[in-house]
Amino acid sequence: MADGSSVPAGMIASNGPPRASTMKGVARRKSTVAFLLCLPLILLIAGFVVYPAFYALWLSMLNKKMTAFVGLGNFAFLLKRHTFQLVIFQSCLFAVTAVVAKAILGFILAHLMHNIPSGTNQKIWRGLLLVPWVIPLALSTLTWWWMFDPSYSAFNWILNQFGLANVPWLGVGWIARLCTIAVNVWFGTPFFMIMYLAALKSVPEQLYEAASIDGANALQKLFFVTLPMMRNIIAITVLFSLIVTFADFDIVRILTAGGPQDMTHVFATYAFQIGIQSGDIPLGAADSLFMFPILAFAAFFVLRGVTQRSKDIAA
Amino acid sequence: MSATTMNSGASERAAGRKNSLHRQRLWALWGSYVALAVFAVVFLVPPFYTVVTSLKSSAEISAQVGSPWIVKNPTLENFWYLLTYPNFQTYYLNSVMVTVLTVAFSMIISVLAAFSLSRMGFWGSQLLSTGVFLTYLIPPSLLFIPLFQIVGSIGLINSVWSLVLLYPTLAVPFCTWIMIGYFSSIPKELDEAALIDGASYLQILTKIFIPVAMPGIIAATIFAFTVAWGAFLYPLAYLYTSNQMVLTVGIISDLIRGDVFQWGKIMAACLLASLPPIVIYAFLMDYYVAGLTAGATKG
Repeated sequence: MADGSSVPAGMIASNGPPRASTMKGVARRKSTVAFLLCLPLILLIAGFVVYPAFYALWLSMLNKKMTAFVGLGNFAFLLKRHTFQLVIFQSCLFAVTAVVAKAILGFILAHLMHNIPSGTNQKIWRGLLLVPWVIPLALSTLTWWWMFDPSYSAFNWILNQFGLANVPWLGVGWIARLCTIAVNVWFGTPFFMIMYLAALKSVPEQLYEAASIDGANALQKLFFVTLPMMRNIIAITVLFSLIVTFADFDIVRILTAGGPQDMTHVFATYAFQIGIQSGDIPLGAADSLFMFPILAFAAFFVLRGVTQRSKDIAA
Repeated sequence: MSATTMNSGASERAAGRKNSLHRQRLWALWGSYVALAVFAVVFLVPPFYTVVTSLKSSAEISAQVGSPWIVKNPTLENFWYLLTYPNFQTYYLNSVMVTVLTVAFSMIISVLAAFSLSRMGFWGSQLLSTGVFLTYLIPPSLLFIPLFQIVGSIGLINSVWSLVLLYPTLAVPFCTWIMIGYFSSIPKELDEAALIDGASYLQILTKIFIPVAMPGIIAATIFAFTVAWGAFLYPLAYLYTSNQMVLTVGIISDLIRGDVFQWGKIMAACLLASLPPIVIYAFLMDYYVAGLTAGATKG
């Protein structure tokens, strides 16, 4: 866009020398104003995103007292530590399981919503189903914590009514892992639902009619019409959600604070524990930085796929 | 004769098929409603339990008898306690202040930048647009430790102002992204006409772009509000005295003392703290959803 508007100005400039200077002046003034308008954004990103990113790299290569340079020592130390290996495993398990569950449930919900007549009716249902996503996560996780409470768990009461024994929700490693995932799915599914619903609504009705005439059944329509049309929005939604889920802090911090036996720690909570609580800033910074290559890898492939498909559509 | 019977038979069959199709659709419709109702019930269990617990007295909660899902003697004492509790008032005011300032700064920064990036352009503006989108993909938990050091070095540790400074970094990239999308969809003829009439860029922005892109501005504002109101990691890491805390961390650090959990008060506090987002979403959900999905499809 920027190039498009500056090219004609240059062409006019080459035609008439007297007017050229003023046209160039206008163009230059315009781009100066444009730059000034962007300046707050540039300063903000440079000061609080780019600089901290490089600062994190530097920090992660210092010793605990931040007096000596230790190179990649902190990274090597973390990788050898059993707790950190658990962190890597749990972060990946947490992110992948939760995102897959959210994507599937969100897809089902979007289809159900698409089935019912749109209008006020649909808006009320959408409003009800969006409630988990509207409540600030840190606050709703408190309620989950209270429902998982070991001494007076609301879920255990229901189990007891059916004659089942108490479940130590947050007290046993694997159960606690499932609980953190469940809370994340509860919170994130509505986001997938609204994104998919918007995508479903944008699929032209003629495509389905054409498929019906060709004798496609519901499953074929899903796989050969709906999914291909939704691929980009699915990819972007999964990417957004993958990043947020992978970097999740609130749920794990409040529900388990990493326990039992560090089995539910994810990168963010572990970084908080060693960096802020134990005061080993460089080690915490190194822990956070492990997220970066994983996220960058995911972002690169998803975004490359999306731009390629957009180009295919345009071409 | 035979022709008419055949005809009527065919039409009956057609009617039957139509009926069965109709019945199938009806089944699908009612099936959808039932499934949606099941999902809605499951989704609303935690909020329901929050409300139930918030209406219980401390004695009823600690007695631990009977069903936890019903209230025997509903009382508003928890809410009354919180509303008259100075610390809670401080948290609420801090949250409101931080959120309002964050929204204001974020919107000013992102509207100006989006206008510039979508319409004016300068050397490197394409690169900057891409950079803004990629910045949105950086989660807060990636940089909170270096930011802890930076906040400390400028003397804002344990100050709400650190949040006012840092929250825009979480909100601005996505707000700018949404606004670029909305501004780009405004026809170029509109601002060309205004330019010919002698309008300045500032006038074009305030008189044309902002009014036309109002839905986008509302969506971006709600996003900035959501980020600022619900953030948990930064306040937990950077604030430690109760006069500086915001709601998300204040509730946890104040109402949980060691092993004593005042669940009735905690749940009431959660409810009061969730009220502003719920009210805002109840009225402006459509704008937000539109902005969110528009932002994603353009990405």
